[in-house]
Amino acid sequence: MSTEDQKNLGLKNEDQQEPVISRRYFLAGTACLSVATAVSLSPLLNAEEVPSGDDFIQKHYKELSDEEKKEIFARLEARIDKQYGVSTSISDPQPMDGVEFAYVLNLGRCIGCRKCVYACMKENNQSRSPQKQYIRVLKMKKGTINLETSSHDYPEKEASSEDFFYMPVSCQQCREPKCIEVCPVKATWKEKDGIVVVDYNWCIGCRYCEAACPYHARRFNFAKPQLPAEELNPDMGYLSNRPRYMGVMEKCTFCLHKTRRGEYPACMEVCPTGARKFGNIRDPESEVRKIIEQERVFVLKQEVGTLPKFYYTFAK
Amino acid sequence: MNTGSPRFFSDLAKTVLVGNRTYTIWMLALIAVSMLGLNAFSRQLAHGLYTTGMGDEVSWGLYISNFAFLVGMAAAAVMMVIPAYVFKDEEIHKVVIFTELWAVAALIMCLLFVTADIGRPDRLWHMFPVIGVFNWPMSMLTWDVLVLNGYLFLNLYVCGYVLYKKYTGQKLVARHYVPIVFLAIAWAPLIHTITAFLFQGLGARPFWHSGLIAPRFLASAFSAGPAFIILVFKIMEHFKCCTIHEKVIAKIRVIVTVSLLVNLLLFGSELFTELYSGSEHSIHLSFLLGFHGESVLAPWIWSAVVLNIIAAIILLLPVRENPRFLNVACVMIVVGIWVEKGLGFVISGFIPTPLGDFVQYQPSLNELTVCFGIFAFGLLIYTALLKIAVPIINGQLCHRKNHN
Repeated sequence: MSTEDQKNLGLKNEDQQEPVISRRYFLAGTACLSVATAVSLSPLLNAEEVPSGDDFIQKHYKELSDEEKKEIFARLEARIDKQYGVSTSISDPQPMDGVEFAYVLNLGRCIGCRKCVYACMKENNQSRSPQKQYIRVLKMKKGTINLETSSHDYPEKEASSEDFFYMPVSCQQCREPKCIEVCPVKATWKEKDGIVVVDYNWCIGCRYCEAACPYHARRFNFAKPQLPAEELNPDMGYLSNRPRYMGVMEKCTFCLHKTRRGEYPACMEVCPTGARKFGNIRDPESEVRKIIEQERVFVLKQEVGTLPKFYYTFAK
Repeated sequence: MNTGSPRFFSDLAKTVLVGNRTYTIWMLALIAVSMLGLNAFSRQLAHGLYTTGMGDEVSWGLYISNFAFLVGMAAAAVMMVIPAYVFKDEEIHKVVIFTELWAVAALIMCLLFVTADIGRPDRLWHMFPVIGVFNWPMSMLTWDVLVLNGYLFLNLYVCGYVLYKKYTGQKLVARHYVPIVFLAIAWAPLIHTITAFLFQGLGARPFWHSGLIAPRFLASAFSAGPAFIILVFKIMEHFKCCTIHEKVIAKIRVIVTVSLLVNLLLFGSELFTELYSGSEHSIHLSFLLGFHGESVLAPWIWSAVVLNIIAAIILLLPVRENPRFLNVACVMIVVGIWVEKGLGFVISGFIPTPLGDFVQYQPSLNELTVCFGIFAFGLLIYTALLKIAVPIINGQLCHRKNHN
């Protein structure tokens, strides 16, 4: 830049070589700034959830030894006992060999009563305030499967209408889950039995998986989950229904704490019409396998290439 | 010469801390807004992202919108670096450092917006290599982390090198920094392309799932970024910090014009494809434009389109030579592109949800305060960097003079 271009940027005096700053002025400024910072940070004193030191340094689920898991489970049980006054035992059932779970839902039978929605919420210890639901029932106009014209929040009395059919949608437990690809820290993955799980202690809460899911199946704890002690389900799995943290993702796990013991998921148990079927798709004798082979089934949004293990059918 | 380094930092600190009245008021105002933002962010940390307007339906809001916009603003510095270093434009070369410093400030804002958006900032270490788990190369987010931090580092290096050498009165050694400049040139489009890939790679979101997103991101960034730089230069001239050659403004104006026209072309192409085909996928766009029930976003996106078109007309007419008209056009472009990219692109990808639920998004006051805080903090950093860079480049602040 030529010399006539030389002009200063707010220096007190154009010829001043070295800007002068008095010690008192500097100290006063530093003090003011420190006080302002402290005041700005003060809401942290009312933080609803503060991770403990152990929480902070906890490793990824897959890197934990059996010893470490034991310690962590005991710590969680003690915390739940303290917070809810309920004694629990946190289980960690592993996938069974030769088992891959699948679901079939008969839209011809579903009446849209939403019993599954609430049974799921109770079983899985979801937050009641704000309410988190894994299953969403769409009230669909007959003659189309257009999701955009479906109604999501129809009042209860509009269930079992002859003019509509009802389509419950929850996690489709995809064979090619997009949600796990996008996770920057591998906090969500597909287990050997095909169930997609989340490590609630590893998730950083970026919600990329929520954006990547074509089925709107994931739920994020924007607030600290609130769950009355009397509604707590004490039968807990580490990767499924233990109480969740603020700021982490969660989703349907096919009730793995039940299904890996040979029980049915809560949504299926409660269904009054028998629209829901669940089982091991690798077992040729299983009910789901027979339906998939004998009935005409379809999957939701086949075009996105996720290969769901959640099948729909319009049977009698 | 070797005593330069301690004096260097104390001289810089003094230069930043002392200024005339306008400067002091401006900096204090920015500090105050940054503090308000920090306060709002503390509230968000204490009570969760529930303090924002986001939810499971629209799960990314203003934070990610501003992030996408600012990645473009950072990448846009390259449009000044290319003429300076590749085409050896001497006039632009003199002021190119001011745009590289802008890239630094914009990137810092980007990183802050991402941090504000995540639910568990205490677990950010889970992403660090070695001690954490880094899902690279599968997750585009990990790519974004790499390229953004890399770009920040490259720009910090180049700016730091040039300023330090000028301060100490040493000659710039080309092989010590020009290769890094060229690496940064290649790197800049990458940061915005990868940010676009973050969205366009998701088959679940038809609105984002288009090959045109990355080119559109680049075109809009290369229009809004240089438009912002023109405004910065004008402001610097207004406060008599330095004189910017008219040729420089004219050249940047050409870059802005061409990029804006390309952006409008790409936007039009997308509009045609979606609306003419009338396929189910077009529902996001028709909702955004207000053709499909009431949309909070519609007035915004229409204003953005109108702002961009008027700006394009101004830039194509002879009135573009008039500084007033040029300033107005630049403001229109920056605002228009911010709306187009943030509200128009990020948020409308979520409406409707993949299950066809139409949920509107309104940012909360706390969320807005965090955003203003981050913008104020970014401008604070940029002003401080300019306060240092201008006298060094002008030769007023240098090591030798201090010992006279």
